[in-house]
Amino acid sequence: MNETTGTRDYDWWLLAIIAAICALGVVEIYSATHGSALVGMHTKQIRWLVIGFVLMFVLSRIDYHLIMDQAPVLYIVGISALVAVLLVGHTRFGAKRWIPVLGEFLQVSELVKLIIIIVLARFFAEVRTDELSLQDLIKAGLLVGIPLVLILKQPDLGTALVLMPMLIVGAFLAGLQWRHAAVIILIGVLMLPVGWHFLKPYQKERVTSFLHPEEDAKGSGYQVLQSKIAVGSGGFWGKGFGNGSQNQLGYIPVRYSDFIMSAWAEEQGFKGVLLALGLYMALLLRLVQNAQRAKDRAGMFLVMGVTAALGFHVLVNVAMVIGAMPVTGIPLPLMSYGGSATLFVFLAIGLVMNVRLRRFVN
Amino acid sequence: MLARGFRVSYWFRNDNRLPQERLAASSYVIVGMITLLLLGFWKLQVIDSDKYGAMAERNRVRSIPIIAPRGRMLDRDGRVLVDNYPSFSVLLLRDDLAAVEKNLPAIADGLGLSLDDLKDQLNNTGALPKFQPIVIKPEATQGDVAFIESHRADIPLLEMLMVHRRRYLPGGFMSHASGYVGEVSEQQIEASNGKYRPGDVAGKSGLERQYNDMLVGTDGMRRVIVNSIGKEMGRLSQQEAIPGKQIQLTIDYDLQQIAEEALAGKKGAVVALDPSTGEILAFVSRPAPDPNDFAIRVSKEEWLRLNTDPDRPLLNRVTQAQLAPGSVFKIVMATAMLEEKVPPENFTAFCPGYATFYGRQFKCWVYGKAGHGVMDVHNAIVHSCDVFFYNIGMRMGIDRIAKYAKLLGLGAKTGIDLPSEESGLVPSEEWVQRVFHRKWYPGETISVSIGQGAVTVTPMQIASMIGGLASGGDFKQPHLLKDAQNIGDRRVSISDSTVEKVTQGMYGVVNEGGGTGAAIKLQGIEFCGKSGTAQVIGADAKSRFGKGEKKFNNNAWFVGYAPRRDPEIVVTVLVEEGGHGASASGPIARDIIKAYYDKKAKKGQGQTTVEFKRYDLDGDSGAHVAEQSRPASKPEQAAAVIEPASGKKPRPE
Repeated sequence: MNETTGTRDYDWWLLAIIAAICALGVVEIYSATHGSALVGMHTKQIRWLVIGFVLMFVLSRIDYHLIMDQAPVLYIVGISALVAVLLVGHTRFGAKRWIPVLGEFLQVSELVKLIIIIVLARFFAEVRTDELSLQDLIKAGLLVGIPLVLILKQPDLGTALVLMPMLIVGAFLAGLQWRHAAVIILIGVLMLPVGWHFLKPYQKERVTSFLHPEEDAKGSGYQVLQSKIAVGSGGFWGKGFGNGSQNQLGYIPVRYSDFIMSAWAEEQGFKGVLLALGLYMALLLRLVQNAQRAKDRAGMFLVMGVTAALGFHVLVNVAMVIGAMPVTGIPLPLMSYGGSATLFVFLAIGLVMNVRLRRFVN
Repeated sequence: MLARGFRVSYWFRNDNRLPQERLAASSYVIVGMITLLLLGFWKLQVIDSDKYGAMAERNRVRSIPIIAPRGRMLDRDGRVLVDNYPSFSVLLLRDDLAAVEKNLPAIADGLGLSLDDLKDQLNNTGALPKFQPIVIKPEATQGDVAFIESHRADIPLLEMLMVHRRRYLPGGFMSHASGYVGEVSEQQIEASNGKYRPGDVAGKSGLERQYNDMLVGTDGMRRVIVNSIGKEMGRLSQQEAIPGKQIQLTIDYDLQQIAEEALAGKKGAVVALDPSTGEILAFVSRPAPDPNDFAIRVSKEEWLRLNTDPDRPLLNRVTQAQLAPGSVFKIVMATAMLEEKVPPENFTAFCPGYATFYGRQFKCWVYGKAGHGVMDVHNAIVHSCDVFFYNIGMRMGIDRIAKYAKLLGLGAKTGIDLPSEESGLVPSEEWVQRVFHRKWYPGETISVSIGQGAVTVTPMQIASMIGGLASGGDFKQPHLLKDAQNIGDRRVSISDSTVEKVTQGMYGVVNEGGGTGAAIKLQGIEFCGKSGTAQVIGADAKSRFGKGEKKFNNNAWFVGYAPRRDPEIVVTVLVEEGGHGASASGPIARDIIKAYYDKKAKKGQGQTTVEFKRYDLDGDSGAHVAEQSRPASKPEQAAAVIEPASGKKPRPE
């Protein structure tokens, strides 16, 4: 393995798109918090971005084949960490998700998402057939199933759900057969009532209030309603930076994090949403392009795993903001404030860069 | 270079068959996904933008009423009788129910409230919209204010609303005239066409009710920006409250004070008026509730107690006590006799202490000691001889008596500007037929002749009647509002000789030796009057239940006035179960009339008020000084039209 990569091989377009999205995020975090007790959050976010950027660079320098070679080890480490967090993890907001690292609380599940991307890529890269057999599909399902159950135990429904599109996209690209897909969908629908049984009360409440928002105007339906009011009242042109009443007066729930798109939409209007979603679309399409140009299937699966995770984040978060999906607590990549989530995105992008850097290397 | 030295198993070798079709499909999925999301935003931000804009505005802006203070009530000299004081109500913001539940014990503890009561109150107001705060403590103490201010950060659920509370003079002073205020009832809200909101304060009785429209101001409105926990973040606009109009009453504080003290601890009524104008100078009914107790919130138990109290403190005895007038009614009899000349005015009767009519013996009040002897009409008034008036009544018949009683204003409301006045009863043959479907017994006329039997009057009617009669038949509508317009003026044609003879009789009551009121003569004042001692129950029953028991004591009446013709002041005093009219009620009337003349004399010497026993109403003495020096008529003072008493006037419940 010759290391002949240079800076010109980095995806500068991708970096520019990411920088632009991060800039929107920092601006809106500042607007959402500057007059409140949370003032200064934007500088903390910038700190996370810088750390993330460095980690991305570091990760891009390690040949992804080398990383994927260690997939079984990483998988065991990931599962162990999930078990550990359930045993000794730090409880915040009613869920055991955090372990202290260097004075900050990091969410283990974010790291596990990254590991699952790598593990699935390795697994699918080793599937040599054009069509994915049922046997392999079940194996892949089990690989994802174990961490998924552990994450659900925390409980963290949002992160657990993110594992699903990784599996689905991976399987799809590995040659998923339509009849298998049809059977899986059927089983999924049949399993829904059973899954409902396992939801926590607050999760059930989120779903019911999503289906019947008028029944709970002050509970979790309240959050979505306030978010919709913020978005809708922004109109086409927006209320202007720092002028969103829903944002500034605190009507939008966690307006600097999960609902940052709501704050952005209120202050910048539809034109701002067009810009932000345009950037996300460009980001995702650029990722797919990188997958298309990957040197081998391993790289392609790696990049598409990242694409699936980020795309799912964007979809679920933004749909939640406009009341089209229930509240799941999934942050908006690169815009929402958050240490672990930001680091995950940059590490994931690091994997993509890694693949890109090596596309011409033999 | 990093990879160098590591051994990598080549599981991926030569595997570059990429599923380009499916990758391209992924791109389309991405584009489709973003497009769908944008459509969602388009719907919210462009199509439904106005709707959500309005909702955001409703979130952001909260309208807080600025309560307008009610107009004050002044006495005729400008002294403050009813005032306001600022007070803070503690409001609980209920937007965040979880936070409310969590902080409830701390709130109850900090404000000194019972946790159970607080929970009950929360449950009872569960039907109200959650954004509407509820009053959990109507009157915040200094400690409460400190508690709220110091816990703004950790208990952001409490707010204070400044309100104006009514302050009345203590001890129920003038409370039956002033009335009291209270939160509007649901019926009032419905009837007000949106003028009242729940929690508004309105006059419930007395002048507070009568002149509510004048006294009530227009609440202002402050539009403020509130954050998601209801904290005020900025102010958009402020529409100041317009205070209610101040009204000046005809009440003279000095006379009122004397009357209040005279009736302290008694059951009864005092009303003093100037018959030449109809202005009421003093108005007392006792026992009286202290309306300050109602100014905040009256408890159910207290309300029940007031309503079931056998002494009936809520009864306004001046206008609502309908009682037998006793001998005061002899003035009606004398007037009727002299006007009708039945029997002729030189008629005399011999009083041996009793008389027999229709086979039944009727006693004179002197029965048992001696008779009055030969009585003419003048002496019969002076000595209040029952036998004389029995004879008059027998000769005239009930309908002629009723005619003059009504002519003098009995059996009808005087039209005083207070709600719920009663009209008393003047019996007649027609009345008995209509109500009891029977014939009038002639024996009943004998009882009515001395103001017993079915005839009932209110103290207000007696004052109006004597004032009107002594003024030569000019009945001015009694009223309490100083600048009242269109005061009713009923002129009754009574011959001057009749007025002369009757007033001479009443002068004799006080000023002639042997008159029933001779003990209360006033030097230098033409003080006239008539006493009345009305039986509460029949004398037979009284002897059966045992004499001297206070329960069956007589009602003591005295109506006094001065001077003899065209009087300036008439005072009616009623002491229920007070015993003898002249001795129980007479001195009270005398004291008030004397005070009236003393004050008049001092006024003549350039002193505006006799003495001003100042009650500290709001701790701000400056306001009172300013008040006293103000000219009597001010532009902001209210002028009202007193409606003449008629059946059309809506009868308050």
